[in-house]
Amino acid sequence: MLYAILCYHDEDLVGSWSKEHDAEVMKKLAVVQDKLTKQGRLGPVARLLPTTAATTLRKDDPPLVIDGPFAETKEQLLGFYIVDCKNLDEALDVAKDLGAANPGGAYEIRPVGVLNPGSVAT
Amino acid sequence: MTDTAWIDAALTSARPQAVGALLRYFRNLDAAEEAYQNACLRALKTWPQNGPPRDAASWLIMVGRNAGIDEVRRTRKQEALPEDEAISDLDDAEEEIAERLDGSHYRDDILRLLFICCHPDLPATQQIAMALRIVSGLTVKQIARAFLVSEAAMEQRITRAKARVAEAKVPFETPGAVERSERLVSVAAMIYLIFNEGYSASGDTAEIRAPLCEEAIRLSRLLLRLFQSEPEIMGLTALLLLQHARAAARFDADGAVILLEDQDRSLWNKALIAEGLALIDKAMRHRRSGPYQVQAAISALHARAEKPEDTDWAQIDLLYGALEVMQPSPVVTLNRAVAVSKVRGPQAALDMIEPLAPRLSNYFHYFGVRGAFLMQLNRNDEARTAFDRAIALANTSAEAAHIRMHLDRLMRDSKPPAKAAK
Repeated sequence: MLYAILCYHDEDLVGSWSKEHDAEVMKKLAVVQDKLTKQGRLGPVARLLPTTAATTLRKDDPPLVIDGPFAETKEQLLGFYIVDCKNLDEALDVAKDLGAANPGGAYEIRPVGVLNPGSVAT
Repeated sequence: MTDTAWIDAALTSARPQAVGALLRYFRNLDAAEEAYQNACLRALKTWPQNGPPRDAASWLIMVGRNAGIDEVRRTRKQEALPEDEAISDLDDAEEEIAERLDGSHYRDDILRLLFICCHPDLPATQQIAMALRIVSGLTVKQIARAFLVSEAAMEQRITRAKARVAEAKVPFETPGAVERSERLVSVAAMIYLIFNEGYSASGDTAEIRAPLCEEAIRLSRLLLRLFQSEPEIMGLTALLLLQHARAAARFDADGAVILLEDQDRSLWNKALIAEGLALIDKAMRHRRSGPYQVQAAISALHARAEKPEDTDWAQIDLLYGALEVMQPSPVVTLNRAVAVSKVRGPQAALDMIEPLAPRLSNYFHYFGVRGAFLMQLNRNDEARTAFDRAIALANTSAEAAHIRMHLDRLMRDSKPPAKAAK
């Protein structure tokens, strides 16, 4: 069974970490990740850019583009895509296509800062 | 994490909201700061045992408010301190106050806190010092170091600025839409000032002053989180990120300036560039352009060019043209001329800056740029005169050294480099 582990934390707090502290945390995480990689169990790992870089597409008719992250609490996270796009407009086009295929709810479009594609054995 | 590092980080990130709310309660900056200090002392005492509260800012606001009320009572009459049952039951109260602080208030609290620092009567350096002390919570010693002045001088500067702010009586009512957007403009300008104070450092002080750039970015991100749909705040944040991304490549080992086209682009910070590009993309969608967005877009074109020769100078020329309309200034025209020299050659660029001479007669960069254009046109004697003037006007030793490098090149080669327009 594959499990997704979704990371939540206070963004402002993490943003207040010193560069040294950030690097220290990343180093410790790398140790755990390396172990999983060697066992062929680690899939994609992403560090997302801050929520200030996020845009939300409400999958209404017509779809509504809102600045900022997805902020409702009525809906739950059900899945995610990682798509290579030239810019935000292209990412929004992809999201609109997906939304047309499956209306209702919302997509948060957030640029990825760092991606390790991983190599999980399926 | 070390024992207290998480507390430091939590206090730093909660500070703008906590001091902003305490200022609304006490309507007095000194009282708000003191109340916040008291709350921090209490946090240092209790958090290590009890762990962090669910909402650090709300905890600090409530504890600070109670401490402040005690303080007001104590100074007003020498009456016995009331038993503070309010803070004896922190957990319940914390939950209650968290409900009340649903975000509608704290946005204006933080904006007000930033806004009082940019009072128009305060000179730029005092605005910056105030913001770093009050909003960011840097110590006077840290600020003095970044400004390269003594601690005593900085202490005096901040005290004077605070007194002036107290006289100014910024209103504490929730601002209307027009007033809010006016405040936002002033605050954005102040954040840009903080950034430039760090960014304009010369090579030998760049490291000491880098925290000013980082702090400006933090404040700008904070402002953007509060005002998520303001394209100019997106533009400002993008501009700061894109400029700061080049920090590691801007000076050589001796502290001399390395020009954009000579920088080792592999040293540019890719994460900051990615964030800056994402923000400028977001801003453009609003089709409400402004000076920060245009400057960020110019920076983005440089960031996107893997090699200097890939730079889209024609687009940069157009963007500077737009900036000239929004913010007419001889310095903007001077910057545009550099783009023009790449697109239409040095003669066109020289013609463009010729009329600026009377207004920029004391501006270092004017003579540096003019000298470079003249050099490209093989007018070496005139180029030398311009460079000599630039050296006389240089603000830092790094600036002077950079121009001297051009002069040396002129002396060495009787002819300038064959490539007229790089």
